[in-house]
Amino acid sequence: MTDATLADTVAPTPQTAPAPRPRRANPLPLKWLGVAPFMIFALLFLILPTIHIVLGAFQTPEGDFTLRNLQGLGVPQVVRPFMLSIKLSLLTAGLGCLIGLVIAAAVTKGGLPGWIRDAMLTFSGVASNFAGVPLAFAFIATLGRLGLITVVLKEVFGINLAATGFNLISFLGLTLTYLYFQIPLMILIITPALDGLKREWREAAEILGASGSQYWRMVALPVLWPSLLGTFALLFANSFGAVATAMALTGSSLSIVPIILFAQIRGDVLQDPHLGYAIAFGMIVITGIANLVYIVLRTRAEKWIK
Amino acid sequence: MMGSPRFWSWAALVAGLLYFFLPLVGMFEFSLRARRGEYSFQAYTNVLSDPQFRDTFLYSVTVALFTIVLGVLIVAPTAFWVRLKLPKLRPVIEFITLLPLVIPPIVIVFGYIRLYNTSSWLPLTGTAFGTNLLLIFGYATLALPYMYRAVDTGLRTIDVATLTEAAQSMGASWFTIITKLILPNILSAILSGAFLTFAIVIGEYVFAALLNRPAFGPYMVWMGGNKAYEPAALAVIAFGITWACMGVIQLATRLSRHNRVQR
Repeated sequence: MTDATLADTVAPTPQTAPAPRPRRANPLPLKWLGVAPFMIFALLFLILPTIHIVLGAFQTPEGDFTLRNLQGLGVPQVVRPFMLSIKLSLLTAGLGCLIGLVIAAAVTKGGLPGWIRDAMLTFSGVASNFAGVPLAFAFIATLGRLGLITVVLKEVFGINLAATGFNLISFLGLTLTYLYFQIPLMILIITPALDGLKREWREAAEILGASGSQYWRMVALPVLWPSLLGTFALLFANSFGAVATAMALTGSSLSIVPIILFAQIRGDVLQDPHLGYAIAFGMIVITGIANLVYIVLRTRAEKWIK
Repeated sequence: MMGSPRFWSWAALVAGLLYFFLPLVGMFEFSLRARRGEYSFQAYTNVLSDPQFRDTFLYSVTVALFTIVLGVLIVAPTAFWVRLKLPKLRPVIEFITLLPLVIPPIVIVFGYIRLYNTSSWLPLTGTAFGTNLLLIFGYATLALPYMYRAVDTGLRTIDVATLTEAAQSMGASWFTIITKLILPNILSAILSGAFLTFAIVIGEYVFAALLNRPAFGPYMVWMGGNKAYEPAALAVIAFGITWACMGVIQLATRLSRHNRVQR
């Protein structure tokens, strides 16, 4: 950018070129010095560690280039966790989007009192941050073997939850638990998008004779589509990287990718340190793609909200 | 015609509330069950009188406070400087601050362990002090997206360039400009970022566990594996902390809005 300003002011006469030299040498580094602490911090604690992992995925223990680690990802004890994690993330992201959209639509457009909308947003802010270990405890206390719902169902209604095949420490239980932070995150992100739906659009649709469902299907949803898909991608990444909730809920009985990686870092359970790099690299690729989708779609969605 | 959509709105709301409140009720009820046959706060007494609870909680609070200071020191001057002098760099900085949401935390800490182990050029994990430092830097990284967004939103509401020029023309130094002019103006934004950071750090598990630090998160997991009712009490306490942090953030945002109206 300094080049451009220099060109504007002094470029026409080559003879004056030596004069601005000191000016150019001085302001530029000083200006950049202002972001140096941030850049050094980001480099040391974010970028270099990540690059180290990515490079490690392509290296032998001796440091030579290899694709063997990535091939190692093909073994069943790695493929299965990846499939399980992807399934879990797809399911919780999909359900989170759907249920979150319904609740958000109900509190913003459903004719409910205005304070409910604000209360719901505040609560969503809390609930989306109430993840990790305590969340797992809350679900164990509610749906676990001695949990409130389990006990009430048994003693009041005579229903034995365990006999129906339900087990909290399972894929279904984990899905139910993840939704506790996925749905509020969806509500937080989609509410501004719903607010962006102009009343005129609805009125115009109604004047043209559209029914409520036609309005949603043919006007609202197409407008919301980029936001919905984008948030889906974000929720997917959000669930894919989560460790603590699953760890506290299931111990290590449910092998999702982050738990496998956690075990690998702790005790090298796969007997191959560089396979750990490859698993981490695989995680970055998947969450990276999901986030890329989110960022691209969010930019498109913002067109409508403004 | 109008009645039916409203009915469905109420139905969706009630179903949502049931899903969200039952685990909270369940967790609270469970935490009261420590004594056979009656409700009591026994589990809370047990937890609060456990020296390990006090140690780990204090440890995590201390780490959270250092993380907040570090985060503010790194983010606030940078966001200010970029707005004032390097607007073209903004997308780059914004992209970097979003990276911790893209790269899973477990991968970042994996990188730390490999990059800063005892045989590396910067053996941070070799000493307890170094590992504490690494943990604080790691948490500052995790909090970066939230801290940066909060501060940047705060800066957006004031005219940074005009304020700075006015101060400079009256002879203020950069230190004065930042501490007496910019900071007070974005204080509520910084508070929001700080309390969000606190909520993230206080119960964090993966970083603390893999770096082997005696923090509150690993303590909670240990309790979960060894006690019956105390974990529920811990969950209630953790939920209370999250609530309090979000409440303060709401308050801070509301106060700043109030300020703006007066002007």
